[in-house]
Amino acid sequence: MDKKNIKKIEKEMKLANEGLPEKERSLFSDVRPTSVTPLNKYLEKFLNWARAESLWFLGFGTGCGAIELRPLMTSRYDVFRYGIAPRPTPRQSSVFIIGGYASMKTVKRIVRSYEQMQGPKFVIALGSCTINGGMYYDSYNTINRIDHYIPVDVYIAGCMPRPESLIAGFNKLKEKIKAGECDGMNKYAENFDWYKKNQKRVIKDWNMPDFNW
Amino acid sequence: MKKIINRIKEKIEIVSLKQRDDLYFINVKEEHIIFLLSYLKEQEGFTHLAFLQAVDYDKYNMFQLTYMLYNYDIKVNFGIKVIIDREKSEMTSIHKLWAHAWQYQRELHELFGINFPGSPRVDESFVLEGWEEIPPMRRDFDTKEYSEKTFYQRPGRSTNDPKEYMKEKLYKNFVEPPKIRREDD
Amino acid sequence: MTDISKSKYKNYKADRSKYPKMENGKAVIDLDSHKFTKIWQGPQHPGVTGNMSVELIINGDEIMKAKTHVGYLHRGFEKLLERRSYIQGFTIVCRICVPEPDTNEYCYSAAVEELAGIEIPEKAQWLRTLNLEMSRIGSFLMWIGGQASALGLGAIGQWTIGMRDFWLDLFEEMTGGRVYHMYMIPGGVRKNLPAGFKEKTRDLILKTRKLLYNVEETFFNNAIVKSRLKGLGIITPEIVDEYGIVGPNARASGKEYDVRMNNPYLKYGELDIKMLTSTVGDAYARAELRYQEMHQSLDLISQILGKIPETGEIQTKLPNVLHWKIPAGQTYMKAESTRGEHGFYMVSDGTKYPRRVFLRGASYTHAISVLEKLAVNISISDLAALMVSLHTCPPEIER
Repeated sequence: MDKKNIKKIEKEMKLANEGLPEKERSLFSDVRPTSVTPLNKYLEKFLNWARAESLWFLGFGTGCGAIELRPLMTSRYDVFRYGIAPRPTPRQSSVFIIGGYASMKTVKRIVRSYEQMQGPKFVIALGSCTINGGMYYDSYNTINRIDHYIPVDVYIAGCMPRPESLIAGFNKLKEKIKAGECDGMNKYAENFDWYKKNQKRVIKDWNMPDFNW
Repeated sequence: MKKIINRIKEKIEIVSLKQRDDLYFINVKEEHIIFLLSYLKEQEGFTHLAFLQAVDYDKYNMFQLTYMLYNYDIKVNFGIKVIIDREKSEMTSIHKLWAHAWQYQRELHELFGINFPGSPRVDESFVLEGWEEIPPMRRDFDTKEYSEKTFYQRPGRSTNDPKEYMKEKLYKNFVEPPKIRREDD
Repeated sequence: MTDISKSKYKNYKADRSKYPKMENGKAVIDLDSHKFTKIWQGPQHPGVTGNMSVELIINGDEIMKAKTHVGYLHRGFEKLLERRSYIQGFTIVCRICVPEPDTNEYCYSAAVEELAGIEIPEKAQWLRTLNLEMSRIGSFLMWIGGQASALGLGAIGQWTIGMRDFWLDLFEEMTGGRVYHMYMIPGGVRKNLPAGFKEKTRDLILKTRKLLYNVEETFFNNAIVKSRLKGLGIITPEIVDEYGIVGPNARASGKEYDVRMNNPYLKYGELDIKMLTSTVGDAYARAELRYQEMHQSLDLISQILGKIPETGEIQTKLPNVLHWKIPAGQTYMKAESTRGEHGFYMVSDGTKYPRRVFLRGASYTHAISVLEKLAVNISISDLAALMVSLHTCPPEIER
């Protein structure tokens, strides 16, 4: 392949950022996310162990599930003993907890926060309404399944799931991370166009860059 | 409360209904609403506007607006019902009487498509963002159909007619169900 | 006194170019002048109550203009209730407000009962009153944790939310659900009290009182809390009516309006209950008033426990709920939640499905009109404390 062709493909691969006004487009990144392959099998195993033991989740209560996150941090359930702690900003956190139903206005913020999180990142979807819509299956403003918009690693069913089941969900996530099965970030990068298509189908006024890194 | 209703009856033409000891409803005409509300607020002590909402009667081609007032002294809720045309769907704004009335008017504008000329911030979005369909609280908007069209359904959720389903499932290859021991056996 | 014309500062003129332009004593907000910053607080922000956002225009750290944006939790309940039968609707109304679901259940069930002309048994009324007061305690405990955390006093949040968990345990014993109870079914309540419930509750009341005295010592006597909350967000009696302010926010400004006493529902008429008011109207007064109301609620629970009849029906027999048609009519049922007047306006047209159900939440005005008014000219660091002191709950704004 000659250089001209590569340049052409590179140009096509760039994100269009069509939602932004034209003069602002140069201010934002137009690079796609790329999937990451581990360098070394044994090193990756060690890193996965380390990642699994310090899960910092984003303190973004996206739905009513957020009410059971607060008791988790009190002395009764005490999730700090599992290395789980809340963080105020997406940049510092590695787990995103979707706390239940996501209305269309929130989906936009969820996508934005998820893309701002630095890898490796994992998603726990809480409550029945993230799985198939739950009791809002026929609502015009809540999406029915969250895994068409961002990749999900662990689901916790129930309305409302108890704090114990949340802890069980965190433990399941740990097992999956240690086994190296949580590659939601790579999945997002590989199927980026499909996710974007789904997201733009519900978010009608897309006024942010295509990839909010 | 009866005295108040009689005093209103002397002034304008109304139909009154007692729902409870502390809840009365009256029907008034569209053009009297500003006069009536300001009269009730200034003279009769109905100073608290609990809410302003609309009911859609699509069969009769009308909206019913309900202004719910409350009087702290006699402790009575007073609902004032107005019928407006559904096609025109326009109503006088009451934002000058109560400082929070614009909020209800903005909500009605977005969810029902009722216009309130002159109301502040009435065109701003309230709960919806980038909505392109007809206002969702109108009766002719089908939320289930919209949800199925827009969002992705997870396979497995199905609805069955109980009669047909039982026939197919149970009686086709009918097997005697195992007997369950109950407490009163 | 020195003669200013001889001093070296005689030609001195303050450099006003860095300050915003003033007109009639008010700053002219012009974002292009680079003297104002526009920032968003929320929805992804720990300092916001629930899931809403405030768009702020600030100059330095002073808020010049605030605008509330809601709709992040809009599920379209009113639309969903239109296509559910009355008994199906009952299971989803409690999801409207998470910290305090029982008020929704009560208002919905009471509205259905009134339209259908059903009287509920004596014991069911007592159980409903008990459940409502317990949910008030749960919500208040959550609120005081938030109020302290907004000022950086995280320990109180740990105590009170830990204590709220024990109240949730009691709910679980009583109703079967921890957060969502679905207890007050139209026609009565679902379950009777479990054995030994009264003793456990009395025990927990004592524990909660002990915790509240600790909270009083550490929170209300704290110099920092006093200096930050006193004078913050003053609600004057004039704007109470104008803005439709209800609940503790109005009572802290001297307005005597509490639905439990003004229009007694259930068994509140038979209880010994006194209206608590204050006249200061700032955030500290509101906090103190809510603190007293917590003690009042505990009082009421022990009163109710003494008065619940031992035996009696807990449900009225309903017709076949799958084909339950309710006569046409309209009603408005209201109850006192921790935030104020909370009501359901229900319109029935004689079919299986309600024509319209509307929920009036107290936060509707508190979080939008009132917050936008009170947030002006305060420091941005006080905004979270102001928001919590108004006790806003976004899900009941947008339903």
